[in-house]
Amino acid sequence: MPDRVPTADRPLKIVLIDESPVRAAILEEGLRAVNHAAITRIADYANLLERIYAIDPDVILIGLENPSRDVLEQMFHVSRSVRRPVGMFVDQTDTASIEASVDAGVSAYIVDGLRKERVKPILDMTISRFNAFSRLRAELEQAKSQLEERKIVDRAKGILMRSKNIGEEQAYALLRKVAMNEKKKIAEIAQSVVTAAELFS
Amino acid sequence: MSADRIRIGFIPLVDAAIPIMAADVGFAAEEGLEIELAREISWANIRDRLAFGHFDAAHLLAPLAISTTLGLGSIKAPLAAPMALGLNGNAITLSPHLYDQLVSRLAPGADLADPRATGAAFAAVVRARRACGDEPPTLGMTFPFSTHNYQLRLWLDAAGLKPDEDVRLAVVPPPYMVDALANGHVEGFCVGSPWNSVAVELGIGRILHLGVDLVRRCPEKVLAVRTSWLDERPEIAERLVRACVRAARWLQDPANREEAAERLAVSNRLDVPAPIIRRTLDGRLPVGGPEPERVSDSYILFDRESETRPDPRHARWLHAQMTRWGQAPDDSGDAAAAVYRRDLYDAAVGAPTRAEAEDPLGLFTA
Repeated sequence: MPDRVPTADRPLKIVLIDESPVRAAILEEGLRAVNHAAITRIADYANLLERIYAIDPDVILIGLENPSRDVLEQMFHVSRSVRRPVGMFVDQTDTASIEASVDAGVSAYIVDGLRKERVKPILDMTISRFNAFSRLRAELEQAKSQLEERKIVDRAKGILMRSKNIGEEQAYALLRKVAMNEKKKIAEIAQSVVTAAELFS
Repeated sequence: MSADRIRIGFIPLVDAAIPIMAADVGFAAEEGLEIELAREISWANIRDRLAFGHFDAAHLLAPLAISTTLGLGSIKAPLAAPMALGLNGNAITLSPHLYDQLVSRLAPGADLADPRATGAAFAAVVRARRACGDEPPTLGMTFPFSTHNYQLRLWLDAAGLKPDEDVRLAVVPPPYMVDALANGHVEGFCVGSPWNSVAVELGIGRILHLGVDLVRRCPEKVLAVRTSWLDERPEIAERLVRACVRAARWLQDPANREEAAERLAVSNRLDVPAPIIRRTLDGRLPVGGPEPERVSDSYILFDRESETRPDPRHARWLHAQMTRWGQAPDDSGDAAAAVYRRDLYDAAVGAPTRAEAEDPLGLFTA
């Protein structure tokens, strides 16, 4: 059971469990700005429970998809006499926060006795940074796939130019026309050209 | 008419076969349902995504459905189990080293399948280690509210060991169990199929007990839904139960095991080779020990004698385990039993004509 209730003047101890250094850095930076907090990041999961007990945090932040969450659930064992986080969210009636958090893919385990107004900014910051990281990653993936598509289109153009003895613009116009006729993306048509060329070569 | 869509989360385990076959073989389509399956790796995540509405239904540990309803863990959300996803399927596996230590301390002529004999030998190993000042063995189980936790505790307790003092019980999600044994984080574990067989196949584990050695008819997973979803969509829930019960009956037929194993083997389902899954369905398990294999026609039961029908006595036994190990207050047994919604099952597929077994569990300690 709680041996000491966190007070307003003591910095909050936050443990961040995240194997992604980039996301962890984004989150740490945000948390430092919002709160006078002592943040410890745990990136590997060896002896996780012992390390958390040693740190004795007020808040634990962990990705929803992280398999170590099941390990954390051991902390709720009723017979344990140590001080422990009690709930995933400080206020289970605050469904908007909970939904935002689950949608962002993050969970927060919060110790008993911590006041709602101290947790809210942490949770809000965590959610917004997790979302920002997801957007960043989605943009990166989109950029990557656009690059891949452009490469395929270039290869298809080269194949058409050689086999039909036409110029680059004509080759592109041909891909575009077929794509429009077949209601497909240019990259898809280009991929079929490349595949076909590989088969016939 | 377009089909009603249902999202179901599952953990890669053989007992997820019921919702997986309902989706992949066509039983859901027969009920006008389209099941979208989501493969998850942690029980906490499945529970949360069910509780907060990302999933309509989930393949969930029966005790976790109860503990979430009672608010014993990190979140409280009223759940219901309109059907059980079969019974049994667990095993206890030890590292070859620990297995050999245990076998060397077995009483002469003792039966390796007798949990009392193996428990006594294991207790002797634990005492011998303590006498040398060595660390106690760490055993993996899947979740604080799991039958794996309770089966290990049943075995240890019967051998006079205190599970919270004499050994370490560590939570490891099922798909990580084999890695944890390989890395030496645990020296043994209790987990569901096919992960024991995967450890045997890799030569890093030996199966000591099939779950049925400890509990003949052990509750395991349930199809869990939010009670609020039941209130909103009772008719869809009924169709879902019907589709899943048909899938369970199909799975129980030996003629379908090959197809089931192959469907489960693919990467977005269990991602484990089909022959390993097949042997768990057959109940013929190479154990990697002195005897070539263990055979049980009850190793995993889908629906031979209406095992899918929720038996509130199972819920009460699970609750008794929670109480026994300090997880639940004594007075919540009725609320636990109420999670098992036999009424919904009977409304969907009809009540079975067969009389119920007098002893719902068949504990080795009975």
